[in-house]
Amino acid sequence: MSLPDPSFLVIQFLSGLTAAMFLFLIASGLSLIFGVLRVLNFAHGSLYMLGAYLTYGVVAWLANTPGRFWVAGVGGSIGVALIGGIIERTLLRRLYGREALYQLLFTYALVLIISDAAKLLWGTGQLSVSRPPILGGSVPVFDQVFPRYNIFVILLGPAIALLFWFVLHRTRAGRIIRAAALDREMLGVLGVNVDRLYTAVFIIGAWLAGLGGALVTPVVTIVPGMDVEVIVNAFIVVVIGGLGSFWGALLGALALGQVMSFGILILPRFSLVFVYVLMAVVLVMRPWGLLGKPLRG
Amino acid sequence: MRRVPWGLFALMAAGLLPLAGSRFYLYLGTDIAIMALFAVSLNLLLGYTGLISFGQAAYFGIGAYTCALLMVRAEIPFIPSLLAGGLLGAAAAFLFGSFCIRLTQIYFAMLTLAFAQIVWAAAFKWNSLTGGDTGLTGVPFPGFLDSPVRFYYFTLAVVGISLGLLRRVVGSPFGRMLVTIRENPERAEFIGVHVRRYELAAFVIAGFFSGIAGGLFGVFNHSVFPDFSYWTKSAEALIMTILGGMYTFLGPAVGAGILLSLNMLVTSYTEYWPLVLGLILAALLFLFPGGVMGFLETRLRRRRHSEARGA
Repeated sequence: MSLPDPSFLVIQFLSGLTAAMFLFLIASGLSLIFGVLRVLNFAHGSLYMLGAYLTYGVVAWLANTPGRFWVAGVGGSIGVALIGGIIERTLLRRLYGREALYQLLFTYALVLIISDAAKLLWGTGQLSVSRPPILGGSVPVFDQVFPRYNIFVILLGPAIALLFWFVLHRTRAGRIIRAAALDREMLGVLGVNVDRLYTAVFIIGAWLAGLGGALVTPVVTIVPGMDVEVIVNAFIVVVIGGLGSFWGALLGALALGQVMSFGILILPRFSLVFVYVLMAVVLVMRPWGLLGKPLRG
Repeated sequence: MRRVPWGLFALMAAGLLPLAGSRFYLYLGTDIAIMALFAVSLNLLLGYTGLISFGQAAYFGIGAYTCALLMVRAEIPFIPSLLAGGLLGAAAAFLFGSFCIRLTQIYFAMLTLAFAQIVWAAAFKWNSLTGGDTGLTGVPFPGFLDSPVRFYYFTLAVVGISLGLLRRVVGSPFGRMLVTIRENPERAEFIGVHVRRYELAAFVIAGFFSGIAGGLFGVFNHSVFPDFSYWTKSAEALIMTILGGMYTFLGPAVGAGILLSLNMLVTSYTEYWPLVLGLILAALLFLFPGGVMGFLETRLRRRRHSEARGA
């Protein structure tokens, strides 16, 4: 077997990196919600899909207005955050004291409801959003080309990760969130309004999923079913990195992005099996993930 | 006070179904019987042992593929193939289960999900064996069961025997110990019970009967698809269990009956069945957490109480 062209490998690496950034946005929200609320949110992929559809909706509505993609992306992700907040405040909160199974099944009910609601509103066809003009075209990478928009996504991912690191580790709100992940009862005793904190965390998590959905619109076609597909990948990411660990979500996303990108080249038939095997192996060896901590309380 | 043998009544009533003379109801009845077995086998873990298996479809799919492949490729008769499907389901459950039972709660659920996804991905990609995503088609009705009525009665017999066996399992000292483990695993450990070994045994038994259900379903469907092992299939069985009630033996079977009948009814009016299902599921979780059977049981108990007081 001859060695593949190095510039091709670089392109493949960059594609994996792009995929990783989307995975990171979704998985970090999923992980944050699990870390604080202890709820594994099956509907997180649905929030991501909703972000994509809302963005499409606003872009279509604004027709030829300049900058419509950015307006739609911001508006769409905030819309998803609001929907997340409403769900948490009105429904999810009633299930906190109940068994994990009820919470799991409630978020699964949301998956079913949101998937059909999206079909009712936007139909079952394939929809697409064109890239914003400022990020159109490609940049040369050695003797190949790579879309400029994807470069933007690759740069945006670390920026959001840094922002989060700053919020979590350098602000009072971040300290409270980290404390909540460790010991919720104690935090309540200390006078923090845990109720409001949960809502805030769910909104942030939903916003991240919505943002992922908004940013992915120029790269993929928007179709029903993208919710169910992405949630399993997000689970793989958070399990590998560690449920509840922010950096774990980043590590898991980077790993899965590259495995998906190169796995298809090396073992086209078994890359799909391989990622689930990886997930199972991590769970068996270190259930709390590579960068997570064992659960307490 | 003697227990009313509701299961036997239900089975007798189900035996009269072909008299209705409708292919449609026969089809629905077979479907319900098979899914009832699948859901009750899942509930051995969920309701009795307190283990959230989010990957029971793995064993359903393995049973379906084993049975269908043996019949189509090796031309082995139906009944041995079906048993082999159950045994391979049990073997897979032993293999996967010995890893899963070391974890608890959400991690247990995630690992069962991961294993089921491995089975799904393998079925999806292993074209030469399973036919990939076009599925394994052309699975014949075995010669002696070549009419829908016969296949229905055969299914009823297999499901009836299986449920009878499962009933014996949960009524045995072994079954009582599973409930103890669900209620308080630490305490069970303290009184000298090897908790993991019991959990693994429950996992293997559930895997066997899920495999049998899968084997029946593949032949009933004339084909087997990777989706038999997809995580949404596992979720379907979980919904049936919750709907019927996970703290009664036949609850999941009742749930299967209600869910599949509703599905038939709703899909004849609208294509938005998932929406309806989601709303039902959400309403159930908030309003009737004990499921239909749990609800009926508390009503019945309350009435008995008031009658006893009145007498």
